[in-house]
Amino acid sequence: MTFEFQYENEYHVQQDAESPPMDQITGQSLGSLKLGQKGRVVCISGLENGGLTRLDGDDLERRLLEIGFMEGDEVQILHFGPVGRDPIAVRLGSMIVALRRREADAILVEPCL
Amino acid sequence: MRTAYRLALVGNPNCGKSAVFNALTGSRQKVANYPGVTVERKAGRFESASGVVFDVVDLPGSYSLRGCSPDEEITRDVILGRHVEEAAPDVVLCVVDATNLRQHLRLVLEVMRQGKPVIVALNMMDLAARLGLEIDADRLSKELGVPVVETVAVRKAGLQSLLDRLSTDLPDYIKSHPPQSASWHALNAQDVRQIHSQAKRIADAVILRQGGAHRATQVIDDIVLHPVMGPVVLVIVLFFMFQAVFSWAQAPMGWLDTGIVHLQGFLRHELPAGYVRSLLADGILAGVGSVIIFLPQIAILFTFILLLEASGYMVRAAFLMDNLMGRVGLNGRAFIPLLSSFACAVPGIMATRTIENPRDRLTTILIAPLMTCSARLPVYTLIIAAFIPNLDVGWGFGLQGLVMLGLYAAGVVSALVIAGVLKLTVTKGTAQPLIMELPTYKMPILRDIIIGVWQRLKIFLRRAGTIILGAMIVLWVLASFPAPPPEADLPAIYYSFAGIIGHFLEPLFAPIGFNWEIVIALIPGMAAREVAVAALGTVYALSGSADAIGRSLSLTLQSAWSLPTGLAFLVWYIFAPQCLATLAATRRETNSWVWPSFMFGYLITLAYLASFITYRVASAWG
Repeated sequence: MTFEFQYENEYHVQQDAESPPMDQITGQSLGSLKLGQKGRVVCISGLENGGLTRLDGDDLERRLLEIGFMEGDEVQILHFGPVGRDPIAVRLGSMIVALRRREADAILVEPCL
Repeated sequence: MRTAYRLALVGNPNCGKSAVFNALTGSRQKVANYPGVTVERKAGRFESASGVVFDVVDLPGSYSLRGCSPDEEITRDVILGRHVEEAAPDVVLCVVDATNLRQHLRLVLEVMRQGKPVIVALNMMDLAARLGLEIDADRLSKELGVPVVETVAVRKAGLQSLLDRLSTDLPDYIKSHPPQSASWHALNAQDVRQIHSQAKRIADAVILRQGGAHRATQVIDDIVLHPVMGPVVLVIVLFFMFQAVFSWAQAPMGWLDTGIVHLQGFLRHELPAGYVRSLLADGILAGVGSVIIFLPQIAILFTFILLLEASGYMVRAAFLMDNLMGRVGLNGRAFIPLLSSFACAVPGIMATRTIENPRDRLTTILIAPLMTCSARLPVYTLIIAAFIPNLDVGWGFGLQGLVMLGLYAAGVVSALVIAGVLKLTVTKGTAQPLIMELPTYKMPILRDIIIGVWQRLKIFLRRAGTIILGAMIVLWVLASFPAPPPEADLPAIYYSFAGIIGHFLEPLFAPIGFNWEIVIALIPGMAAREVAVAALGTVYALSGSADAIGRSLSLTLQSAWSLPTGLAFLVWYIFAPQCLATLAATRRETNSWVWPSFMFGYLITLAYLASFITYRVASAWG
């Protein structure tokens, strides 16, 4: 399920000076983790597998950051919804956040084994 | 000298802000809507021991000052001092969940950037202690540069140190923060990341010992969110809730009914016959009474909803239902309001306030009346008894019961279809993502539940006393004037304005098989659906107790109506928008006349079309 995250100019993803260039970030989408699996967030992009979600990318990126997702933090999949394993409940530090698979795909993680 | 300090309560959702507000102000609070939006404005006043008076406003919970929803916009505008109605607060009290310090610190940091005097209430310190979490509050105060007070909002004493701090240090504190006109711009993603890092640094510095995870939440969630057990638990919870709404409410509803009937009897006995007596007893008491009678159901329903909400289960129910509801473009949170609408659409529409996204909320409000409410039951029972033979269709099912079930199912199916259609047309727009926090389970605080239920009941009663009362008087006038001529041999209502309107509209309803008696009954039946039964009784010149009318009316209708007419009338009531209370609730909750008009329009169109098809098909087969 690992794929290379492609940086495309037209999306204007902002990046920190310290963070590695986007084309070097590798990770899999949060939704691809198994139940109970932990991962470390490597990129919150607002882009879902390289495409835009229904929100515009920047809005989704901020929404995810505002509820508490942050690069470098550990996440763990706690529960899946009963139908289509959607939505997904994720442990995030001391809080639990539920989000739909669609939005979870905007978060790239490095699985911890 | 000034009289009162303005204090604004700000915090993330689930930080225990409302509990702090309730503990500070008790029952001395006012709930209203902000003008132009359906955001609740909760304000109150309290006095500290030393006599300093505070006007507190409880701002909607928010994750940032960006203003992603109407609620969050209010929070932002009030804090920035640019809200039209609400004066800028003198001091902002940021309520922070100690067990989720790092995440909640971000909002504090964002508010502080605006140069407002901030006081931090480090809330839920009791829970933090139980989890083994230790926080150095003095260090936090130094790191932030603002006063930090530890609180336990669930206990009154838990706010004492906050009150002391407010009354002693506040005037100097405010003076040291002269109002600034800092220019504001929404944080971009990189700003949010920067605040994240800042919050993490502070949290790492002040947390002396990390607490364990909330065990109870893990254990409960493993059952409640289990793919198989979870839905089973949900069904049990809902079954219990509806059982309670219908069975527990029975006795108090009976008392209210008896009380109203006695009062009517008393008026009829004490007052001379005439218009005043008729207006009071038959117009106002009968009409308003038919709405007031739902008060116990509404109280019980809201007690359950608030308990589920306060305990943290409600968002879990939304989690379980989200995928299914998402298929018709609804949000998981629409589930409970729609279920509530089976009792009565009015509390259902009021309960949509838990849906943050205004578009999802509007869709939910618009389809709520399609859920078969308890007021339709008398109509369904009457018509089914009259026209559906009591056949046993096997496996212990009766045909009458199946028709009743079918009517419920027809309501649900059409609601889902219409939700889908609305999403594609009227409430079209960017679908909002579902990103919601699942808070730790908490024992609901009795005080908060009582205050919450009481506020809902007050809203309901105020409406019964104003808009519904007014409508009842209008309907009574329509049904009573002009008086019948002395040689009249038809019921009085036939000669009234209602009768005239009924006759005028009759050709319009002829294609769906409605005779003039039905059309006339529909006019007073505008007030509430079950009033149509009483109105039919009047039209067919029957009198006696409601039960007696029901029984004999059923026989009368059997001979007076054809089967297609009976069926068309039944189908009419799946959709019919004949409930002023629902339309009034929609008007209030959407703060516009557009949506209740739209609701009325689309429901009556559907009712007409469905009745037309039913009447034609049944006539062709008949």
